[in-house]
Amino acid sequence: MTESERPNPDRLLAALQREDAKRKRGRLKVFFGMAPGVGKTYAMLEAARRELVAGRDIVIGYVETHGRKETDALTEGLPVIPRMSLEYRGVKLTEMDLDALLGRRPQLALVDEFAHTNAPGSRHPKRYQDVLELLDTGIDVFTTLNVQHVESRAEAVHQITGTTIRETIPDTALDGAEFELVDLPPEELRTRLAAGKVYVPEAARAAAEHFFRPGNLSALRELALRFAAEHVGQDVLAYRQAQGISDPWKSGQRLLVAVSASPTSASLVRWTRRLAGELQAPWLAVYVEIPRPLNDQEQARLSHHLALARELGAQILTTTDDDVARGLLRVAREQNATQLVVGKPVGWRALDLLRGGSLLNRLIRESGHIDVHAVRAEGDVPLLRRPAAPRLDAAAARGYGLVLGIVAAVTALNALLQHWLGYQSLALVYLLSVVMLAMFVGRGPTLAAATLTALLWNFLFVPPVFTFRITGATDLMLFCTYFIVALAMGHLAARLRAQQAAERRREERATAMYLLTRELAQASDFADLLAIVIREVAKAVPAEVALSLPEESGGGPLTPYFASTWALTEKEQSVASWAYTHRQPAGRGTDTLPSAEGLHLPFMAGERAVGVLSLHFKQTGPLATERRDLLDSFVRQIALVLDRQRLRDAEQQAKLAGESERLSKTLLNSISHEIRTPIAAITSAASTLGQARHSTAKEVPWSMVDEIQEASGRLNRLVGNLLGMTRLESGHVKASLDWCDVGDLVNVTLKEIEKDLAGHKVTVEVARGLPLVRLDFVLMQQALMNLLLNAAVHTPVGTEICMRAAAEAEALLLTVADNGPGLPPESLPLLFDKFYRAPAAPAGGTGLGLAIVKGFVEAQGGEVGVENRPGGGAAFTVRMPLSKTPPIPTEAT
Amino acid sequence: MNTTPAFKPTALVIDDEVQIRRLLHACLEANGYRVREAATGQEGISEAAQHPPDIVILDLGLPDMDGVTVLKRLREWSRVPVVVLSVRDREEDKIAALDNGADDYVTKPFSAGELLARLRVAQRHAQPSPEVSVFHFGEVEVDLTSRIVRRKGQEIKLTATEYSLLRLLVKNAGRVLTHRQILREVWGPTYGEQTHYLRVYIAHLREKLESDPAKPVFIVTEAGIGYRLLETLP
Repeated sequence: MTESERPNPDRLLAALQREDAKRKRGRLKVFFGMAPGVGKTYAMLEAARRELVAGRDIVIGYVETHGRKETDALTEGLPVIPRMSLEYRGVKLTEMDLDALLGRRPQLALVDEFAHTNAPGSRHPKRYQDVLELLDTGIDVFTTLNVQHVESRAEAVHQITGTTIRETIPDTALDGAEFELVDLPPEELRTRLAAGKVYVPEAARAAAEHFFRPGNLSALRELALRFAAEHVGQDVLAYRQAQGISDPWKSGQRLLVAVSASPTSASLVRWTRRLAGELQAPWLAVYVEIPRPLNDQEQARLSHHLALARELGAQILTTTDDDVARGLLRVAREQNATQLVVGKPVGWRALDLLRGGSLLNRLIRESGHIDVHAVRAEGDVPLLRRPAAPRLDAAAARGYGLVLGIVAAVTALNALLQHWLGYQSLALVYLLSVVMLAMFVGRGPTLAAATLTALLWNFLFVPPVFTFRITGATDLMLFCTYFIVALAMGHLAARLRAQQAAERRREERATAMYLLTRELAQASDFADLLAIVIREVAKAVPAEVALSLPEESGGGPLTPYFASTWALTEKEQSVASWAYTHRQPAGRGTDTLPSAEGLHLPFMAGERAVGVLSLHFKQTGPLATERRDLLDSFVRQIALVLDRQRLRDAEQQAKLAGESERLSKTLLNSISHEIRTPIAAITSAASTLGQARHSTAKEVPWSMVDEIQEASGRLNRLVGNLLGMTRLESGHVKASLDWCDVGDLVNVTLKEIEKDLAGHKVTVEVARGLPLVRLDFVLMQQALMNLLLNAAVHTPVGTEICMRAAAEAEALLLTVADNGPGLPPESLPLLFDKFYRAPAAPAGGTGLGLAIVKGFVEAQGGEVGVENRPGGGAAFTVRMPLSKTPPIPTEAT
Repeated sequence: MNTTPAFKPTALVIDDEVQIRRLLHACLEANGYRVREAATGQEGISEAAQHPPDIVILDLGLPDMDGVTVLKRLREWSRVPVVVLSVRDREEDKIAALDNGADDYVTKPFSAGELLARLRVAQRHAQPSPEVSVFHFGEVEVDLTSRIVRRKGQEIKLTATEYSLLRLLVKNAGRVLTHRQILREVWGPTYGEQTHYLRVYIAHLREKLESDPAKPVFIVTEAGIGYRLLETLP
């Protein structure tokens, strides 16, 4: 064990103190959503109720239900701290009563709308400050928050929705908070909005319409998902550090090192790692992608630097900005970095002037309270300031060719024009050509054009012609101005072009992410989801794709998904397994098993890996940073979705378990009731008879015999139903289909239960000339009997019950209809479910009868349905397919 | 009834349930039977061999062997009438028992009256009785020698198949006949599965002989088993 890995007593003490402070400080849990209306308050109250069940002391500090009934219902039973009233300019406002809450000292307080601005006159201007005070006194707080209110995301939200967000909270207010993402697909949110289930102030209705556009919602959702995912990651990081799993460091400091393709970057990364170690601070390596594309060599170097930083324990971030200084500072602020590390410039560059000073100067000037370290490159690094001369690729060559051609043409034109125009005016023609060129060719060719035209103009047209001499002061002035203007114009135009290109790349990436999210959201089942993942990843990067997932959703060995487009060899599988168990990328382009053919990226959900994405690239050479970045975004997004699926499965299973428990309870209740009732009748009737034997009374209570018979019949039928259900459940019902006479069936059935139907008016309508039907006589008889008994039990005495048999073109219809009160419409789809009992059903009954009907009818290849009759009453219809009766030889009498 | 008051027929009850045996014992004794009991199939067979009974009441669900097996073993050497006791949801067992030589069946739970009637019918068919040539049920008269069927005195025209079906039912009046038994008897041994023939001809017979063919009272259906001709109204 090395020195740094051994738990150091001071560190342990510090960890204990932190734990202690944490315990004393209340815990903050944030129910986090993408937009109003996703159900954060509801989720918070649900969670609170679970805590309540666990026996915690919970009060409502401030909960806004907007009068929604379901939400209101959840607040029942939770004590509420009455709100305090404030008067402001004659308007009465209510706010959370912080002092009352502090005085009450609950274990857990519910405080809705974290970003709320308090009414003037409150203790704190913002509600989050109230919450921080609660946390400081050791009270746990549940709160709700939308992504738009997070300061670091407000700008992004503004860009997405065009809405200016006024109520924001600093990211630091969320430090150490536990996040629960309350997610809702955009379509569902819109449905809720349309149904008036989302609270929107009347005045803001039009704005809301705009805000809740599907495109906006998807983007907001992604933003929220990512923010929550990042926070989960941070928690894990903090936890891992505290457990001494990896380097245990934590202090107020947070370092950020700027990484680029420059060869000095590697030494910067190492330097920052050392500083981070000394300060026990986390550190980030940031690459700001500028519009100028990197050549292969630079790309390779950059990948190496980022990989080095990753290996040394940095968190890697890339961002896109056409201004490196601005990009670095933006990331630094987003990430709450306290110290920024950049390389010390070695030379002086003319273009820095155009940018408003060197990178370093600008960083120092604009960094605010972030410290900036300018670090000299270490001696062992070659002082190769400039990247190797860019290869003249085809596009650049075309650019220079175009420049030569156009300059030659314009020069010829000027030679003609000089007969009419003064030589000064010819400079303007040249200038025009340079500006035009700048729009189509790159920076280099533009600068070449500027220089070339300036020299040509001087040489060919400025007197004395055919010399580079300039005599007049005006001409000199003109020449210099021309040169500078041409250079500046060229530079600006080229930059504009580059910016557009970067913009386009960003847009492509955003579109790809959006498409992925949308496609994933549309997946109908898990297999579909995986197919979409494979398809979309293959679209985003030119590679063959393989997915590997743990065998069971809870874990287990990793197995390749069969529908992958890349069949993993055994070796690649082992690399994928490594990536899975170590939760780190592995294979080509990484530091682990780089000899592997493919790149293997684990899907990380929080601290767990939920699968591995393996890629076999068609091209050789390193992957462009932007591709890699997109890939990382994809992997993060897919991991979230996979994890959600896993959670959903787990929830589904819990639900199923709960459901089966509920069912068995229902079964026990109803069965014990159903069995005991007739047994009670039999027992009491028999004992009455028994007493009569000994009594002197002459009258024997013979009616008791009928009671016993009736109860026995009921018991027998119950057992029949239970057996029937058991047979259905165990799959032992095999219909033996045989040709049957429907009239006979109806008649036998009715005769069997004559007594039970005695209280009702039974009519029979069997159509004449019905063909023979293939069915199982006994099963069908049981089904019809259950339908008839069902009608008899659920309708008042005297109700008409009609047993009808008729044939349609292809089917036999057996209908049991009554003119009773009919069925509640909402119960219709559930009626054939096991143990389902209609809301208004009379006491008794097991809820099995109709389930058996369905089972028996379906076993015979038929179907059964139910509807309310237009004139009142219910009608159950069994539909059996008709087939052609085989011929029967006729004979004469 | 062909029994004289002095003659007490012996009934052998083969059932593993003590309570059922006790009930049957009481019921049968009260109705003029001498009763012997057996709790297992093996016991039942040896009991039947040692004290040949006049009728056997056999439960199909026995602990040591299947009721049908007991029946087959009995039939190897005895023509004693056997009435099977069975629970409702085992139609195929009942059919197997009937096809293997049982005379009739009674479904558990049963009523005493039903059981006694079945026993009487079974005993009667086992007796070598004088050939009855004219048979009556309801308004129908069947003359087996002249092959003439009359209803309310009017002659009814029957096809050859209808007549042989009716004759089979009449000869086994009161007993249940399985589909297979009827089909083989009337149409021939290869027709055992052609149930649709049977459905159609039974419907014809009811049409011609029953006063309300939709609610037949004489030619009755035994669900899932076969048919039975009732001599008198129940």
